[in-house]
Amino acid sequence: MRLSVKHLVVDRGARRIVDDLSFAVEAGEALVLVGPNGAGKTTVIRTVAGLIGVAGGSIALEGGDAEKELPAQAHYIGHLNALKPSLTVEENLRFWAAYLGGGAVDGAAIDAALVAFDLEPLAMIPAGYLSAGQKRRACLARLIATPRPLWLLDEPTVSLDAASVALLARQVGQHVAGGGLVLAATHIPLGLASERRLEIGVRSAAA
Amino acid sequence: MSAFWTLLKRDLLLQVREGGAVGTALGFYLIVVAMMPLGLGPDLNLLSRIAPGVLWIALLLAALLSLPRIFEADDEDGSLEVIATGDLPLELATAAKALAHWISTGIPLALLAPVLGLLLNLDIEAYPVLVATMLVGTPAISFLGLVGAALTLRARRGGLLLALLVLPLYIPTLIFGIAAISAATGGPSGFQASFLILGAISLFSLVIGPVAAAAAIRFQTQ
Amino acid sequence: MTQTNTAPQQSLTQKLANPTRFMQLSGTLMPWLAGAAVALILYALYLAFFVAPDDYQQGQTVKIMYIHVPAAWLGMMGYALIAISSFGYLVFRHPLADVSAKAAAPLGAAFTFLALATGSLWGKPMWGTYWVWDARLTSMLILLFLYFGLMALRSAIDDEALAGKLCAVLGLVGVTILPIIKFSVDWWNTLHQPASVIRLDGPTIHSDLLWPLLISAIGFSLLFFALHMQGMRNEILRRRLRALTMAEVDRARGVSAPAAAE
Repeated sequence: MRLSVKHLVVDRGARRIVDDLSFAVEAGEALVLVGPNGAGKTTVIRTVAGLIGVAGGSIALEGGDAEKELPAQAHYIGHLNALKPSLTVEENLRFWAAYLGGGAVDGAAIDAALVAFDLEPLAMIPAGYLSAGQKRRACLARLIATPRPLWLLDEPTVSLDAASVALLARQVGQHVAGGGLVLAATHIPLGLASERRLEIGVRSAAA
Repeated sequence: MSAFWTLLKRDLLLQVREGGAVGTALGFYLIVVAMMPLGLGPDLNLLSRIAPGVLWIALLLAALLSLPRIFEADDEDGSLEVIATGDLPLELATAAKALAHWISTGIPLALLAPVLGLLLNLDIEAYPVLVATMLVGTPAISFLGLVGAALTLRARRGGLLLALLVLPLYIPTLIFGIAAISAATGGPSGFQASFLILGAISLFSLVIGPVAAAAAIRFQTQ
Repeated sequence: MTQTNTAPQQSLTQKLANPTRFMQLSGTLMPWLAGAAVALILYALYLAFFVAPDDYQQGQTVKIMYIHVPAAWLGMMGYALIAISSFGYLVFRHPLADVSAKAAAPLGAAFTFLALATGSLWGKPMWGTYWVWDARLTSMLILLFLYFGLMALRSAIDDEALAGKLCAVLGLVGVTILPIIKFSVDWWNTLHQPASVIRLDGPTIHSDLLWPLLISAIGFSLLFFALHMQGMRNEILRRRLRALTMAEVDRARGVSAPAAAE
């Protein structure tokens, strides 16, 4: 499986945010986008997730499920956590697992997701009571609860402490080791052995 | 399709957990209807004559109050974007949200109407017709309101704007809803025709509402 | 730095390529269109006041018709124009279609309002009151609300590109529901006199009254198109100015970027 982005062009209003960007993420690889603020990292990730239309170029998941659109094979973790304060952590997780998985919920996967991000003690607590870092972890648990090959992570480490970043790094490592694909934008290095870095928006920074 | 039910169930569960919204709509309905005799005088003949219209208009206003919340909360916490990346077409996802709104707001308002009919001296025999008409007509309110809620998601003064956009679209429902009830209480028009047209309007909005709302949502998550 | 700045400017010229042709064409057409509109309206008014006879029932007041009827037609046509433009914008993504939809809304609203106001003035001598809830007046009033909705939605969204797309969605929803609204209002009340100009068995109003009405209708239609074209020209100029301002901001950012990067 291979995420292939060719000559991507993205406009926001009259501005061109991404101009002729090409890259590929192979199966078993994590690609980290780096660049200054406003370089278009978030835009690239949102575009791959199908949330922004392209003005030119192509995005394809080669060797993926031909029946499904690319966004339906990807997990998108944005800046917001998509948690309902009145539902417990487990209920939130179960909802997303059922919604993103087309209705079927794998109880073992839910438990595994809770364990993976050290959420077991919090499982029965409404998300509204959680601290910012705990909420972020509850959001990230979505990645494990529903298996999807491509992870799109936009600043996943926001408000995470060092121990939690390590948890995330381990999950990303396992996902990649299992042949998964990761496209991330982050300021904090995940400390992965096999991570590749791609600088974007370099031209405007060098100008 | 099961993702559809999952979303519907979650929205209903949130209504139960977070509460308030339905109660507020019901309370608003009660107060608007109770204001009518105070404004028009306590003449029971007059009140029973205008009762169908008052009940429908107050119901529209009460339903209007709860429309902005259909998408607002999901937009604020980022759920809407994740919903958009699901397998489920966005048209069906918005339909699930409208259906949840109808179940949690439309049905309770329709069931409260007979109680308010008592206050307006509406003929007792008209009650089954009143409830049936409102149950058939209120889906149009939820599904057309869905369009307004989607369009005004990122707008300034969204709530006020929503009323301006959506109320004109409710006119056919209002007219045929009132006609059906009046027919049952000895009005000039035929009950069956009005009732069937009311159902047709609801079916029409069932189609157009989710499609237009999904288009509007897509433009806004970009 | 030159590299970063050429990209947006290229896209800018690409986007203005078509509007530029529109500006040239409309610039040449404008005086003729406006001149013909004024000439026809003046001629129609002359015919209406000095040639056409008074109605044997309505007397002088029938002359309101020469403004009322064209205004009502154009009020409805304005919404048709918005619907077509909305469709063109959503399906073909043509920027001029959005400009057209935006320019048509206040014009359609103005003519709809004119139809309502003249109808109300006409109603006083005919029905003895300024407003009756008859089917046509009510439909026009609702049409005016739809125009208000479109204009309010556009003004309430800061992102202009987004506002255009959402207004296009609303325009199309409106045009699918308009026939249902019209049908329901007609059903609700058919107090107004039956249609008298467009009928299968030919017009029932006298030809001495009909001719000035047709000329007036053509004159007002030309006026509508002239105003619409001018509205579109103004909007294009405004967008160019905005694009230039944004390019200026980008240039300023480009200069300060190295310092920020270090």
